[in-house]
Amino acid sequence: MKAVRSMVLVSSDPQSMNQGAQLVFDRLQQELKAFGLESEISLSMVGDVGRHDAVPMVIVYPEAVIYGPVKPDDVHFLVEEHLYKGRLATSLQAPAKELTGRIAWLSARRGTLPAEQRVLLRRVGVIDPNSIEEYIVHDGYAALGKALTEMTPEQVIAEIEKSGLRGRGGAGFPTGTKWKFVSKAAGARKYVIMNADESEPGTFKDRLLLEGDPHSLIEALIIAGYAVGAQEAYIYVRGEYMLAQERLRTAIQQAHEMGFLGENIFGTNFSYDIHIHSGAGAYICGEETALIESIEGKRGEPRPRPPYPTTNGLWNKPTLVNNVETLANIPPILHNGAAWYRTLGTPSSPGTKVYTILGNVNATGLIEVPMGITLREVIAIYGKGMRNGATFKMAQTGGSSGSIIPASLQDTPMDFDSFNKAGVSLGSGALLICDDNNCVVDLAKVLLNFFREESCGKCNPCRIGNQRGFQILSNIAEGVAVLKDLDDLELLAENLYQLSNCGLGQTAGAPIKDVLKYFRAEVEAHIRLKVCPSGVCPMSGKKYHI
Amino acid sequence: MTGETIDKQTVMNAVEKAVQRYGASRDELIPILNDVNRSLGYIPAEAIEEISKLLKVSRSQLFTVASFYHMLSTKPRGKHVIQFCESAPCHVAGGREVWVTLKDTLKLESGETSPDGLWTLITTSCLGVCGVGPVILVDDDIYGNVTPDQIAGILARYH
Repeated sequence: MKAVRSMVLVSSDPQSMNQGAQLVFDRLQQELKAFGLESEISLSMVGDVGRHDAVPMVIVYPEAVIYGPVKPDDVHFLVEEHLYKGRLATSLQAPAKELTGRIAWLSARRGTLPAEQRVLLRRVGVIDPNSIEEYIVHDGYAALGKALTEMTPEQVIAEIEKSGLRGRGGAGFPTGTKWKFVSKAAGARKYVIMNADESEPGTFKDRLLLEGDPHSLIEALIIAGYAVGAQEAYIYVRGEYMLAQERLRTAIQQAHEMGFLGENIFGTNFSYDIHIHSGAGAYICGEETALIESIEGKRGEPRPRPPYPTTNGLWNKPTLVNNVETLANIPPILHNGAAWYRTLGTPSSPGTKVYTILGNVNATGLIEVPMGITLREVIAIYGKGMRNGATFKMAQTGGSSGSIIPASLQDTPMDFDSFNKAGVSLGSGALLICDDNNCVVDLAKVLLNFFREESCGKCNPCRIGNQRGFQILSNIAEGVAVLKDLDDLELLAENLYQLSNCGLGQTAGAPIKDVLKYFRAEVEAHIRLKVCPSGVCPMSGKKYHI
Repeated sequence: MTGETIDKQTVMNAVEKAVQRYGASRDELIPILNDVNRSLGYIPAEAIEEISKLLKVSRSQLFTVASFYHMLSTKPRGKHVIQFCESAPCHVAGGREVWVTLKDTLKLESGETSPDGLWTLITTSCLGVCGVGPVILVDDDIYGNVTPDQIAGILARYH
């Protein structure tokens, strides 16, 4: 990459694209040329910049001035003022706001915010996701080169095991162990699948990685294939992520052109290819066996396990299924070594974690911080406190299948083991922060509604249980429930956990259990006093019928 | 696409194009159905029939797949499909009020199509743009930070 005096970045998340980011980009290109600046100023589309209130945004470095919303007709003035004359185009600047995401990280370097530690997201919003050259300049494909030319597959797996990396899809299974299972599984034909069916409500970290740094995932997939002895990989992307699919397609093509995919990669006898498979809208396909069924062209209904995909996966062949965020950890681990990775996070959960902060806080968005940070810190530092000075009541972690965490647990370190010990789960990293204007019955109702919609219907406990759970919660919200309903709800949650075939049903009962454990008084007020203490539930006296 | 039936030739062309693009293989069924759904607005019975012949998969098998996925529809939909995210992050951010306004403005309940065939209103699970909830999706356009008073203005763009 040549030296430039300024970098101009254009946000290109779906909202920006929808608001004309492409036109703004094209105009910038024209105007830079018209002013004769194209050789000294670089211009990139950079995905999601972590702020969406004034898109499309144009950010100019090194000054880090943020303009937005920028319309195509503003571009001439912006280029003339800022880039040609060197004055700020103040009339176009984005409204001052507490910043999150990528921009928060920038301010952090200037000492105004506690620093995030960006390992996975370090290139997101910095490089052009459609340029393999920019990726390579930022250490891209170095880990692949090292793995293929200096390490045996066994050494790669050993390094991942040593790093202590645990799956980021929600379950926290040790990644190195999973790789070893697939590598040791009998059979010459093996597959790697990247699970990019991110559908957990409140979670969009994978989308940002896919849209902002697709090459890092392609690199990780190739390394994974080399390590476990696979010949082909599939990326299962949810159907709604059209921009991500486009970026991945471009990245795969560029990797082919550079010789990172195809026959005899890096002159070794390792050959490999990656296919993209689009989902068609089904939350359940995030479950690995349902995902495999879906790639095979069937209904996304989970298979009974065991046997596990590590031995009987895609087309009944040994298959490695890893989440996007998990795979994004692979190149930095190999590039910097397992020992370096262990300096991040906690001893039992090394590394960083990407969280999405949502709900009633001042600053919503995405952060990447070491494992082990507490909820209180997240709200105070990155969420910039509760909105309107309200009181923190509860947080819903990890999308629907996580936990409802009461204020009393907000000082628990967020890592796999501490959360397990507290009886709650971290899930996918979504943190939905709720203030005391929210009703816990109402929230649980929304969650159960989600599960009853998304249950694939294959096994009875899940199909009927979620429907019944929603019915009871609706009756509580309408003020027509009786106390015995709470016993039924408790039993139902346990039955869902014990009897369901897959993770969807097994975790569907978790919010019910949390609600009854931590917020029983509030629930009972709906029944005994016929009052919703938060004033949210309708309490109409109408019975709910399925 | 409106509620009126699509002529057979259009259906055949859409199916043929999709099957050619991905190949007549069972593994490619979902991408094929996706493409047909995109070009016709839904998957008519004639399309199922034709795909069944080309892929040598029974109609019941095809129907069970086509009816499983949210993005595929076996029933005609309105010219514009409005999807409202009903997941918790949008709900907490004020989604409930937006939903009530949407229903009142369109005079539709979830899953219904307006008599003039212009609108179909459906609820959906998380669309992955939760940083800007409440979120609605009109066809392929995402709207974030939606407030009830913006609904009329958003809908007016699609007449």
